[in-house]
Amino acid sequence: MRKSIPLRICLVSGIVMIIQFFIPHRYSQTVYNYTLDWLIVSGIFAIVIGLHSNFHLHITRIVRKRKGWGYNVVTMAATLSMAFIGIAFGIGADSLFMKIYRNIEVPMDATMFSLLGFFMASAAFRAFRAKTKEATVLLIVALIIMIGRVPLGYFLWHRFPELVEWIMMYPNMAAQRGIGLGIGLGMAAMELKIILGIERGWLGGAGD
Amino acid sequence: MWNKLLNLDRRWIFIVTAICVILPFLFPIGFPTNVTPPTQRIYDKIESVTEDGPAVIVSFDSDAAPLPELYPMAVSLIRHCFINNTKVILWGMNMQGVGIIQMALEDVKKDFPEKKSGINYVLIPYLPYPAIIIMKMGEDMHKAFNTDYYGVSIDSLPMMKDIRNFDQIALAVSLTGGSAWGTWVSFANQKYGCKVATGITAVGAPDCYPYLQTGQLVGMLGGMKGAAEYETLVEAKIAEKGLNFKTRKAACIGMDTQSVVHIVMIIFIILGNIAYFVTRRQRNVA
Repeated sequence: MRKSIPLRICLVSGIVMIIQFFIPHRYSQTVYNYTLDWLIVSGIFAIVIGLHSNFHLHITRIVRKRKGWGYNVVTMAATLSMAFIGIAFGIGADSLFMKIYRNIEVPMDATMFSLLGFFMASAAFRAFRAKTKEATVLLIVALIIMIGRVPLGYFLWHRFPELVEWIMMYPNMAAQRGIGLGIGLGMAAMELKIILGIERGWLGGAGD
Repeated sequence: MWNKLLNLDRRWIFIVTAICVILPFLFPIGFPTNVTPPTQRIYDKIESVTEDGPAVIVSFDSDAAPLPELYPMAVSLIRHCFINNTKVILWGMNMQGVGIIQMALEDVKKDFPEKKSGINYVLIPYLPYPAIIIMKMGEDMHKAFNTDYYGVSIDSLPMMKDIRNFDQIALAVSLTGGSAWGTWVSFANQKYGCKVATGITAVGAPDCYPYLQTGQLVGMLGGMKGAAEYETLVEAKIAEKGLNFKTRKAACIGMDTQSVVHIVMIIFIILGNIAYFVTRRQRNVA
């Protein structure tokens, strides 16, 4: 039952939605609209499950005093205090919730991402070496892009940005399109396998 | 000496990078910014929208991590719409994105105190399952969101009276550090024919080119460079209209920083390669 019912629902709804896509009749549209509503409702349940899973994970680590449990306390305290502040005092433009968000969360988040710039500078120094023919091509193209993607390139030679656009529009796009087609075909094959019940990983172990 | 350079402590690179990041912020250089076609196309599309015409969606589909690149884009896009009196719908697929687009709105509103929620713009709250919400928007926006961010019924907002679905949307711009633009292309563009553009971090920009070539993306703001280009276009528009705004060209200043950092990185890479070849020759001779 745990296996067969979800598989049958998946098979029927998968085939129905594929057929629905090609039928622009109003009954077909009604089915489509109902499906969208169901998905939103199930999405809200997914948030509840996610919250439960999050609390369960952190509280278990705190209770068992696992290594680094102090971080779990900080996470739980931050989650609960933000929820309380948002519910109690509102989330308007000048609210305490937004002040904390703007002045703590946003700068911390942006700082973490900005740190990548320093590691990239260090990695570029060590990795970009003309050891082989392929590596030399990569190195030359990287240097052209690095100069051409900043105003300095335009300042040095006004056609530098055009050269960069050409590299992006032709060699880059050819590679991207090939990768994209491969991913697209792979996704279609995987979706077909899920609908037909060949791929059962999504059952979370019940299909084993 | 060359061996020493090859094994350079990475902390020296960090220090030099930090200096190169900080100095241009204190002493802006003001390199000229050229405008690339993908940016120009977004600008032209918004320019083509009349005051009583369709609305523009600006969606901040990211968390705060790529803020330095995406925030100036959001500010410039909203500012451009406000200058032209274009109706604008602000949203965020991401829970944090709605807060960020609200920040951008508040920043721009300092220059446009007369712009009112529900009349000139509508801020939409976060809703789960963004792909489904986009599909619902394609069917009926009034059913996709019952209220705006401030809890006011969508049906009661004057701006939304004539806006039901993507037929009344001139352009949807997705600002993202990931692949959210793909969701807009798959559902808003492919299923409902809505014109879609993106503002994306520099690292994600190469992925967008196949979609620019097919027209599935009208245009693209690629990284800080794209943001600086759009800032330059909007700045020219402000000058043309004779408006007196105290705009801070955050992206243009950021591009000075990027220029200097790129020069230093190129020097580091060239020096690293010279050191590599010299030491290799020395080894071969020995």
